[in-house]
Amino acid sequence: MDKNMMRKERIDRGLKVRTEGIYAISSYREILYLLGPRLLLIVGIIALPFVLELAPYWKRVVNIMCVYALLALSFDFLANYVGLVCLGGAFFTGVGGYLSAIFNVHLGLPIYLSIPLATVSGAALCTVLLLPCLPLRGVYFAIITLMYPLLLTRVIEALDILGGTNGITGLDSFPNAYIEQYAIIIMMLVFLFGMRRFVNQDIGLVLRGVKDNDQSVRASGINVTHMKLLAVFVAAFIGCFSGAYVAHLYMWAGLSLFALDFSIIPIASVVIGGGGTLVGALIGSFILVPLSEILRAFGSFRIVIYCAVLTGFIVFKSEGIMIYLQRKYHQFERWVKV
Amino acid sequence: MEILIYGIINSITLSLLSLGFALVYSISRVPNFAHGALYIMAGYITWLFLNKFIAFPYPLAIILAIGLTSLIGALIYRFVLIRIRGMEISEIIATYAIGLAILEGLRWGGLRGMTFTLPPFVAGSVQICGTNIDYQRLIIVGSGILIFALLYLFTHFNKIGLALRGIAQDERAAMMLGIDSDMTAIISLAIGSGLAGFAAILLLPLGSIIVEAGYNVLIFAIAVCVIGGLGSWGGTVVASFIIGFAQILTEAFLSSHYQMVVALLAIIVTLLIKPSGIFGKQKELEERV
Repeated sequence: MDKNMMRKERIDRGLKVRTEGIYAISSYREILYLLGPRLLLIVGIIALPFVLELAPYWKRVVNIMCVYALLALSFDFLANYVGLVCLGGAFFTGVGGYLSAIFNVHLGLPIYLSIPLATVSGAALCTVLLLPCLPLRGVYFAIITLMYPLLLTRVIEALDILGGTNGITGLDSFPNAYIEQYAIIIMMLVFLFGMRRFVNQDIGLVLRGVKDNDQSVRASGINVTHMKLLAVFVAAFIGCFSGAYVAHLYMWAGLSLFALDFSIIPIASVVIGGGGTLVGALIGSFILVPLSEILRAFGSFRIVIYCAVLTGFIVFKSEGIMIYLQRKYHQFERWVKV
Repeated sequence: MEILIYGIINSITLSLLSLGFALVYSISRVPNFAHGALYIMAGYITWLFLNKFIAFPYPLAIILAIGLTSLIGALIYRFVLIRIRGMEISEIIATYAIGLAILEGLRWGGLRGMTFTLPPFVAGSVQICGTNIDYQRLIIVGSGILIFALLYLFTHFNKIGLALRGIAQDERAAMMLGIDSDMTAIISLAIGSGLAGFAAILLLPLGSIIVEAGYNVLIFAIAVCVIGGLGSWGGTVVASFIIGFAQILTEAFLSSHYQMVVALLAIIVTLLIKPSGIFGKQKELEERV
């Protein structure tokens, strides 16, 4: 029949409807339907280092991949659950990295203290520094956060503090390669599933309210700035952890921690993976980071390819991979007559 | 005296850099983050016309380069931005990605080192009040004032210009009067990119064409527009004088390292105190809670 007379209809699978209720644990099929994708992700990532045992170089790439996944997670949370579009993810990594370098090199704290301390204090510091701009909205918040890492870079350059352009060297490395690898993988999974819990709590609901209509949240007697403060602290917590990890991974904290890469690649990952799903952020960076490693031979041309992919996704497939996959998993499509 | 003269020159330079960005934002509400890339590209195209192919005469090369840059701006709108109009964050990400692609593409294409320079229009310098000023800087001041006058005439006494202003003031009402919103946006992007190219051709003979300058141009343009108020032309001029003099003063009394710090701090302070800028007309509720 003529396709013009037809329209595509999407209907939830029976399995999906059943697993939403108490029947979810009534049969193996339902349990598998719910757990399957999650287990695939968890087992896949944990097994990845063993699979890559033959290619040591790519094991390093997995570390970087997880770092970007964490940053993308924090961007996704801020942008799609709180409505604060933070173009300066590098601000978090920079603060976290420099703080852990100070704790480790100048104060002589061991690595298992310096990373957590840098994470917590860095998150607090970022929150305090961003506090004045929290009432801002939309484009204004985006521009101001884009300026923060640039400003810190120039200040460190101009004042020649914290090692100036050379950075702080001589950080402790991780005791061995497996701890190095699994520290970030486990933390990534913890943060991912933790965030999924967090956004479905009551407080997550309020945060989404802030995104959709902050005036009505304020009318309900909830302080909007407090809520945003909390959200920024959570996002900065994740960002500072990855910054501290990167600093210890390279045994160096320098100006490149404020580099644009840490702001752009996570955003690209979220756009490609699918905003608002949290898992999409991971998937996006699992695609983009290896892609950029493959393209490393092209030099700066890889950024061109990158940007072309990003623009293409924004223009033609703005929903992202994860939302597409979720649709295919939960629903079936059929053509019906108009 | 030196501070005054160089302050004026620096301010006009800044307003030239940011004029295109301000124009595009005020008319089509698109924050064109590819502005710096278009600036560098115009310079590179001119260099190509002068040195690579048959050596064009300088004026012809300039006109061709500005025309090409305008065309690219229009194409960016026609094929990319038109689909994501109104989604501010997507617009920022898309234009920024395009700008990054252009800049890094040029770097990959061989735009490295100090070998790329444009000749000044008129060599030599002149003494004004005991300060040496080369002719190129005088031309910058002159054409800066000229282009402002031309733009004023264009937007006040020309049908297309009036349509642009109509869209900028109230898009719905303008559309009801039969003004095509997408067409004006294409025109505004073309003019904005053309202005970026124009600024490039005036300013680049003072230095060499380097990719990094593209990022700085973008930051300066944003700084000026934010302080003057996104979408306000008078504000753009006032803000570029504020930043221009602030930069010259810091350079005279501190060191040139702080030039960029001044611009960035100015952005942050303005956004904190009055996000709509000095002359911004946006409503308070739209910008902060």
